[in-house]
Amino acid sequence: MFSIPKKDAITFLLFALVVLTMPIWLSPFGASYPGLLQKFAIYALLAVGYNILFGLTGYLSFGHAAFLGVGSYAAVWSFKLLSMNPILALACAMIFSGIFALAIGYVSLRRSGIYFSILTLAFAQMSYKLAYSVLSPITHGENGLQLTLQDPRTIDLMFMERGVSLPTSSLFGIPMNGYEGFYFCAVILLIGFFIAQKIASSPFGMMLKGIKSNEDRMNYTGFNTKPYMLTAFVISGMYAGIAGGLLAVTDPLAGAERMQWTASGELVLMTILGGVGTLVGPVIGAWIIKYFENIFSAWNESILHNFFAFLPDNIEGFVVLISSKFVGEGWHLTLGSMFVLVVVFLPGGIMEGVRRISSWFLRRKDPTKDQEVVDPENMPKPSSEKGE
Amino acid sequence: MDAVILQVLNGLDKGGAYALIALGLTLVFGTLGVVNFAHGALFMIGAFCAVTFRKILTLEKVVLSETELSPWGTPLEIRTPFAQQWFGDFGNVLLDYSVPLSILLAIPVMLLIGIVMERGLIKHFYKRPHAEQILVTFGLAIVLQEIVKAFFGANPNPQPIPQVFMGAADLGVMVGMAEHVITYPKWRLVYLFFSLGVIGAVFAFLRFTTFGMVVRAGMSDRETVSMLGINIDRRFTIMFGIAAVVAGVAGVMYTPILPPDYTLGMDFLVLTFIVVVVGGMGSLPGAVLAGFTLGVVQSLASMTEVKDIIPGIDQVIIYLVAVIILLVRPRGLLGKRGVMEN
Repeated sequence: MFSIPKKDAITFLLFALVVLTMPIWLSPFGASYPGLLQKFAIYALLAVGYNILFGLTGYLSFGHAAFLGVGSYAAVWSFKLLSMNPILALACAMIFSGIFALAIGYVSLRRSGIYFSILTLAFAQMSYKLAYSVLSPITHGENGLQLTLQDPRTIDLMFMERGVSLPTSSLFGIPMNGYEGFYFCAVILLIGFFIAQKIASSPFGMMLKGIKSNEDRMNYTGFNTKPYMLTAFVISGMYAGIAGGLLAVTDPLAGAERMQWTASGELVLMTILGGVGTLVGPVIGAWIIKYFENIFSAWNESILHNFFAFLPDNIEGFVVLISSKFVGEGWHLTLGSMFVLVVVFLPGGIMEGVRRISSWFLRRKDPTKDQEVVDPENMPKPSSEKGE
Repeated sequence: MDAVILQVLNGLDKGGAYALIALGLTLVFGTLGVVNFAHGALFMIGAFCAVTFRKILTLEKVVLSETELSPWGTPLEIRTPFAQQWFGDFGNVLLDYSVPLSILLAIPVMLLIGIVMERGLIKHFYKRPHAEQILVTFGLAIVLQEIVKAFFGANPNPQPIPQVFMGAADLGVMVGMAEHVITYPKWRLVYLFFSLGVIGAVFAFLRFTTFGMVVRAGMSDRETVSMLGINIDRRFTIMFGIAAVVAGVAGVMYTPILPPDYTLGMDFLVLTFIVVVVGGMGSLPGAVLAGFTLGVVQSLASMTEVKDIIPGIDQVIIYLVAVIILLVRPRGLLGKRGVMEN
């Protein structure tokens, strides 16, 4: 069960190394504080899970934010009713988002292509609207679901007295809000990444890739593709639920805005930006977007003035004026333009860019390789999986 | 009963906006085969044409008064809009009618934006899968809305209704009912008739002009038309421009009803997409029918009597209708058999 091909093992070890040393190598970028690191890990997990659906099967879901929201609510309710133990909360998040994904997936997967996207979008919007209005007893509407001092917390209170202040989530005494919280998220991310690797290389994963390249043909060969799709959808929904649960673990508060369709859109952006269908790509996409959202958006004109100080004064003023529209409040503009450029010129995302550059370098440096790879056109292109 | 009539009326003007946006969206899909997620942004840009037009009209000349003092002891600033200064009373009339007049600005601007968008970006996505079209236009929508935000800020910009159309019309009296039973804001009536007019104009254009005939021919069989030596691509580009204009003028006239801010496009996008799907992808009458139907259904669902039976139905009814339609009749209400049925 734990045996994986050597190449995958190396990828996994490298990935683990990169993730676990994040607090060190991110500090020159000013991003090495626990709150952001936790987000890096959580959204990376979300993107890895989304890639199981979109990357492997090619079904574009615009409703994954709903699962994120359901996971958050389930986790916070588990804090309120049962215990502050994060593992229990994640289990709750996984079960509820799984059931939710099963229901939505069962209906949505009756259609494919753009209709599937619209159906998932419709369901997610319904959940969002209901969470704001009728379901307020469960979701606490606009205030968001929070912990209170009067929560029953049955399991915890069997072992200890009710405290005077609001409890924080803790794993057997380790609090989940600082670097410990990040390492907890990171471990979950690594487990999730490992499972995703296993899925991608398993027969089940091959089946999903088959559906992506030609679903009709899969059907004609005698496979009923629907159960496979549904399984992929539920697994992917569970990943989103766990990510939502982790958001609640690190900060026990759940709000309906997590379920809005623009949140799903952001998830799609992450996956595309990094590279659909690759394992590492979506993670990189998630990191870039979260970095932009938290660090880049805090840049202001004075930072830009320092940055462009080497230019002559009048040019500098102009450059700062233009570029200030792209940072700070306007960081979405950078994101949007980057995204358009990626979709137009680099449909495989950043990963394809990396591969193109590296293959270019490899050919340049090693002339003997040129003879092996006769024609660059015939090389197995990284985007060959994308098909369609 | 009166309440029902009132809600139907309320739904019709909202339905007018849905129908106009959906019409453009489905026109683009029917001609170019492109799923345009940036269409909501075009609606928003149209609305901001009205904002810009009013800003231009209200540019002021500031003169420091020599005799009067402001309450703070500094010379009083007398502000007169240039429009008033140059045209006198006519300037005031211009200012009063700024919203309908902005259509004159919106038409060329939207046509230009539409054509530039099509030639610059969307042209390259004809042959790509729908998912990629959705993605690139979604990115474009973000860019457009951020540009608008950079210029106009994040706050809503309320626009005034012209004096004549202020207040409510007592429709009940006209059909012989008692007074104050069915009153309806005049501007919403204007919007309803305006949207019907624009829809009629688009249909007439496609039906009765040679250009429209060629476009319709191209919609049903693009290859044959281009083999006959007609530059169908150029006509489709112009149709994209027209779709942008339709969305734009819909946005202009909607500004007094809903003060536009930069997120307006995204709010409308999801709804109109659902309208298009319910009506049938690529079916123009379907888009109009579904637009008005969903508008009316939505406002009927928000009646208290209905909400008492099924709580929360007003929030989700549109999505619910869409889900049912997609599952039961995937080609939509008036969609053609065999067009995108899976």
